[in-house]
Amino acid sequence: MYSLKLLSQFLRDMRTQKLRTLLTLFGIIWGTVAVVLLLAFGVGLHRFSLKAMHGMGERIVILWPQRTTKPYQGMGIGRPIRFTEEDAWVLDREIPEMEIASPEYIRWGVKLKYGKHISNISISGVYPAYEDLRNTFPQKGGRFINSSDIERRRRVIFLGDEVKEKLFKKEEAVGKRITLNGVPFLIVGVLEKKTQNSSYSTHDASKGFIVATTLATMFGHRNLSNILYRPKKTIASEKINKKVYQVLGKKHRFDPEDKDVLSMWDTTEMDKFLFYFSLGLNLLLGVGGVFTLIVGGIGVANIMYVVVRERTREIGIKMAIGAKSRHILFQFILETLFIVTMGGAIGFGFSWGIVKIASFLPIQKYIGTPTISPLVAGATVLVLGLVGLLAGYFPARKAANLDPVQSLGY
Amino acid sequence: MIHLTDIKKIYKMGEVNVPALKGLTLTVKECEYIAILGPSGSGKSTLMHIMGCLDTPTEGHYQLEGRDVGSLNRNRLAEIRNEKIGFVFQSFNLLPYATALENVELPMIYGKMRAKERRRRAEELLALVGLGDRTRHRPTELSGGERQRVAIARALANDPTIILADEPTGNLDSRSGAEIIRLFNRLQEQAHTVIIVTHDVGIAEHAQRIVRLLDGVIVEDTNVNNLPQVQNLREVQKEEKI
Repeated sequence: MYSLKLLSQFLRDMRTQKLRTLLTLFGIIWGTVAVVLLLAFGVGLHRFSLKAMHGMGERIVILWPQRTTKPYQGMGIGRPIRFTEEDAWVLDREIPEMEIASPEYIRWGVKLKYGKHISNISISGVYPAYEDLRNTFPQKGGRFINSSDIERRRRVIFLGDEVKEKLFKKEEAVGKRITLNGVPFLIVGVLEKKTQNSSYSTHDASKGFIVATTLATMFGHRNLSNILYRPKKTIASEKINKKVYQVLGKKHRFDPEDKDVLSMWDTTEMDKFLFYFSLGLNLLLGVGGVFTLIVGGIGVANIMYVVVRERTREIGIKMAIGAKSRHILFQFILETLFIVTMGGAIGFGFSWGIVKIASFLPIQKYIGTPTISPLVAGATVLVLGLVGLLAGYFPARKAANLDPVQSLGY
Repeated sequence: MIHLTDIKKIYKMGEVNVPALKGLTLTVKECEYIAILGPSGSGKSTLMHIMGCLDTPTEGHYQLEGRDVGSLNRNRLAEIRNEKIGFVFQSFNLLPYATALENVELPMIYGKMRAKERRRRAEELLALVGLGDRTRHRPTELSGGERQRVAIARALANDPTIILADEPTGNLDSRSGAEIIRLFNRLQEQAHTVIIVTHDVGIAEHAQRIVRLLDGVIVEDTNVNNLPQVQNLREVQKEEKI
C-alpha cells in the first residue's frame, strides 16, 4: 500500500510537471525506439540477405573449368579443361565428404514459343538433384525434372515464374505444350517465386530447365557449363574443395596445386561473410541505439537529481521518523524504474507500430522485413533495465546519504 | 534515562569552527516534562537534534536508556529514532500527499508493523488527539492546530520513550497553541517523557522543569512546581496504554 502511495504521489508530481515529465520520457522513448528499430531493421536485413542468398542454394559450391596455368607431367600451360557429366559422378563417388554433386549444361538464346507469345531465354539441362541444390521448387500443381524424365529422356520443361508470366499471363501453364526452338516440350512445373540476389547465368525466374541429356543431344553439347556440389553437413568446404582439385587433377591430369585451373564459387564463404557482416552491422546499430538510450538515461538521472532536491524536506521527515538509507534508496530507484519502464513501454509500442507500417511499405525487396525478434526484445529490456537502475541509483544514493538535520531545515 | 555528559558540538563553517554546544551535561529522568528555553542561537535546536539522534555530538557521551548512542551508525540511529523518539516540529512536517491516517502509519511502516494492526493503532491515536473524524483528510485540508495534532499522533505511533517537540506552537494561533499544550500535559500525565524546546517563556512554564540555555551552555535548571515525580507510573500504566 505504501509503495502504491509513493507511486501515486510520484504520478501527481509527474502530472504537475508535465513538460519536464514529457522531456524525460521522450529521452527514454526515443532511446528505446532507436534500439528496437535499428535492431529490428538489422535483423530483418540479415534474414532477408540470408534468404535472398539462399535463393541460389544453400551451402553449395559452383565449379567451372578453366585453363591450366602450371605445367604438369610434360604438358604446358594454357591447356583448356572441359567437364563432362562423368566428372560430377566421379566427385560424387570418390569424395566421402560429398553430400551430392550434379552437372549442369547451359544453353543461351533459346526461343520459347506459346501461341503468339515468344520469349528468348537461357535454359539449363539438369538432373533431379538440382532442385534441392539450387532451391528450384515448383509451385503447387507442378514438379521439377524427375528421375523418370531422365531415364526416358522426356521432352519436359520446368519454367521460371517470370517466363511463365510472360508466355501465359494468368493462364495455367502446367500440362501445356510449348515449343523450344521449334521442338515441342511439355510443361511439368513452374518455379515457386523466390528471392534470389545472386546468379551465375540469369535469375532462375527467367530461365527454363530441361533434362540434361535432352539438352546435350538437342544442341550437341558434349561439355558441361559447370558442376554444382554440396559438402555433407559439418564438413568445412575448404577441406572438400581441396579434394575436388585432387580428384579432378588426377582425371584431367592437371596439377592439384594449380588453383586457377578451376574457378570455384563457394557460397559458404558468402554465408560466413554475411554472418560477420550482419553481426558487425547489428553491433553497430545496437551500440548506436544503446548510446541513444544511455543519453536518455542520463536525462532521467538529471531529472531525478532535481526531484531529490525538490523533495529534500520529505526525505528529512522520513529519516526523522525512522526511514533507513535503504528505504529512501529503494523509493527513488523504484520511481526511476517506473519512468524508464513507462518510457520503454511507449517506445516499444511506437517501434512495433513503425515495424508494422514498414511491413506494408514496398521496401522488403531491398532491405527485407524489419523484425522485432525475441532477441531484440530481450536485449532492449535488458538495456532498459540497466539504464534505469543506473539512472536511479546515483540520485537515490544522494537522497539516501542526505543529512537528516539539514534536510529537515531545507 | 537520558544522560548527556559534556556534550560539545562544533560546526565547521569553512575555516572557522563555530561551537554550538560548549560542554553540556544534562540528565532527564523518566516521565519528566522539561522545557528547554533559550533565544535563537543558544544551541537549543542543536541540543534537540542530538537528543533526537538526528545528529551526533562532536565530543561527549550520550546515553539513552543506558545505551551509548553517540557512536552509532546512520541505520542504527534511524532505528532508535523510529522506536524511541517521537518528533513534533514547528512546521508540522507532515507528508502533504498522504492522509492524516497514512501520516500516522508511516513510522509503523518503517517499524515493520503489520498493516491491519498499523491501521487500527493509527485510528486510535488520531481519536486520542481528537481527530477521529478527520482520518481521511490531507494536511492541506486541516487547520494548523489539527495538523499539529496529527503530528503528535504520528510521534506517538511506535510508543516512544521520549517525545521531542521543537517550538510546537510556533506556527499556531494562541488558541490552537493552548490546545496543543494541553495535549502535551495530558501525555505527560499518561507517563510520557516530554521535552519541549522553545524560546517562549509562556510555553515553558507548563513544564515541570525549565532548562535555560544561552550560548551553548546551561545557565539555569529549575523545577517549576513541586509535583511529585511519577517515577514508576509508566510501568503501572502500561496495560491501559493508549
